[in-house]
Amino acid sequence: MAPAATTPVVTLRPTGAVRRRQRVEQVVKAGLLGTASVSVLTTVLIVFSLLQPTVEFFREVSVGAFFGGTDWAPNFQPASFGVWPIVGGTLVVTGIAVLVAVPCGLGVAFYLSEYARPRVRRVLKPVLELLAGIPTVVFGFFALTFVNPKLVDRFWPIGDVSTFSALGAGLVMGVMIVPIMTSLSEDAMSAVPESLRQAGVALGATRREVSTKVVFPAALSGIVAATVLAVSRAIGETMIALLAAGNRPNLSANPGEDMQTMTAYIGSTALGDIATQTIQYKTIFAVGALLFAVTFVLNIASARVVRRFRQAYE
Amino acid sequence: MVIAVNDLMQLHRPASTPPTSHPVVMEAVGLSVSYGAFRAVRDVDLAIRRREITALIGPSGCGKSTVLRCFNRMNDLVESARVEGRLTYHGIDVYGPDADAGEVRRRIGMVFQKPNPFPKSIYENVAFGARVNGRRSKAELDELVERSLRGAALWDEVKHRLRASALSLSGGQQQRLCIARAIAIEPEVLLMDEPCSALDPVATAYIEDLMHDIKERYAIVVVTHNMQQAARVSDRTAFFTTEVADHGDRRTGVLVEFGRTADVFSKPADERTERYITGRFG
Repeated sequence: MAPAATTPVVTLRPTGAVRRRQRVEQVVKAGLLGTASVSVLTTVLIVFSLLQPTVEFFREVSVGAFFGGTDWAPNFQPASFGVWPIVGGTLVVTGIAVLVAVPCGLGVAFYLSEYARPRVRRVLKPVLELLAGIPTVVFGFFALTFVNPKLVDRFWPIGDVSTFSALGAGLVMGVMIVPIMTSLSEDAMSAVPESLRQAGVALGATRREVSTKVVFPAALSGIVAATVLAVSRAIGETMIALLAAGNRPNLSANPGEDMQTMTAYIGSTALGDIATQTIQYKTIFAVGALLFAVTFVLNIASARVVRRFRQAYE
Repeated sequence: MVIAVNDLMQLHRPASTPPTSHPVVMEAVGLSVSYGAFRAVRDVDLAIRRREITALIGPSGCGKSTVLRCFNRMNDLVESARVEGRLTYHGIDVYGPDADAGEVRRRIGMVFQKPNPFPKSIYENVAFGARVNGRRSKAELDELVERSLRGAALWDEVKHRLRASALSLSGGQQQRLCIARAIAIEPEVLLMDEPCSALDPVATAYIEDLMHDIKERYAIVVVTHNMQQAARVSDRTAFFTTEVADHGDRRTGVLVEFGRTADVFSKPADERTERYITGRFG
């Protein structure tokens, strides 16, 4: 007997088209995971490629001689592997760059986020981001041919300034990093809900007070992240230091002198004639591993700082 | 119709109100607000009195919030906003050359629709206004925080965790914290922009009780969508509605009726008020 015509046949089983769409979803998911794993995999590979030559380096050079010495001359006879001169050069150049980039970047971010009219902001932000697109070699040349002779040489009061200076390199590096600092911290400030600004204003606070007492603390985790990225960029920046800082290992506190950063050492040595398996070759990896470790520690430390001071507003 | 409204407002002008009325703190005369070419609300006459709760009610877009935000010059933040007419605080023009917006806001506090505590500790939220408006000693701040939290009926719930984040509080507690924060600047007028619209009925009842308790010390103006709330808490009610402007199709808000809440709700003078409060509006 046929079923009653009034009872419709219901099925929840997927049709062919639905199954095809589900397969597409699977493929897309796998593809996206693949792109994400590229960067993770690269990091792992870098660590591995650094590891072996670095271990070999420390078989020939003692850890004490590397971290305790103040004479860096790995390519001379007799070679000396005291890393402090190039660590010092990195610290000086990075320090100057950060001293320029963080206040300037924050100032611009405050202006764009809290003061600028929307129209000004629409024009200014892309112009600033253009600055981030200038190749670092151009910045390096600018430091070498303009900032060092025209500014540092003329105005730096301590000692004689040669063609090269850590100060010139650091200043220009700082300017180069400003857009990164600005862009990230401005994003963090703009993400602070308008209702919090209104609350501040309604309590009689001025725009400056709202900026510093409401927006800044609420955006702090983003600002710290921006600062860490700026520091990492400065530590890792090679071309400006190579061209303008002088490339001479020099443990000195006077930024008017020429210096060599860790990155500039790696860059210049890697370009020279160095046979693999020589101690000079392995030294490059040891310095690279040290750079990696420094930025890694910096990132972890900043994550802690962010957790400590975090003001979530959701 | 227009004539009737005007007559009614004459009746409720300060001079003709009964002698039991409290003194006027703020007064709007012919107040209009435009955003660019769009006139949001026009020709509002209102008197806000000490120790009274004035409710602004009306349908969406009638300009009641816009009017409220004139009282402490929050419309200054909207670049295209233009305020016409006269708005005075103890006879001083709030928008006059002698009035500083910050000073205005220190005397006329505000509580917003959605609780908006700062992502700081409970203590720092309440102390914010005092810290901004001149330093005080730790002891004075402690005292101010306790007094304000007590004033907002929140002290007993938070006294053991003043250093905890304000965001760890429930929505109703957050709103009471915002009230504590507003009264900590010791204002004379308290503006509340739909203070319960984001809260559940229990939290709403708390806030309403609180409003009733603190009205002895402040002139309160509350915008509400909830007519029962207006009837429950307010002494006077201003009913706004919208009307099609002379040109264009956008609607401008107008004040229809302003009077004692009991009168407005029991014997509204205007047919539009009656239709709205009996739920037969639009």
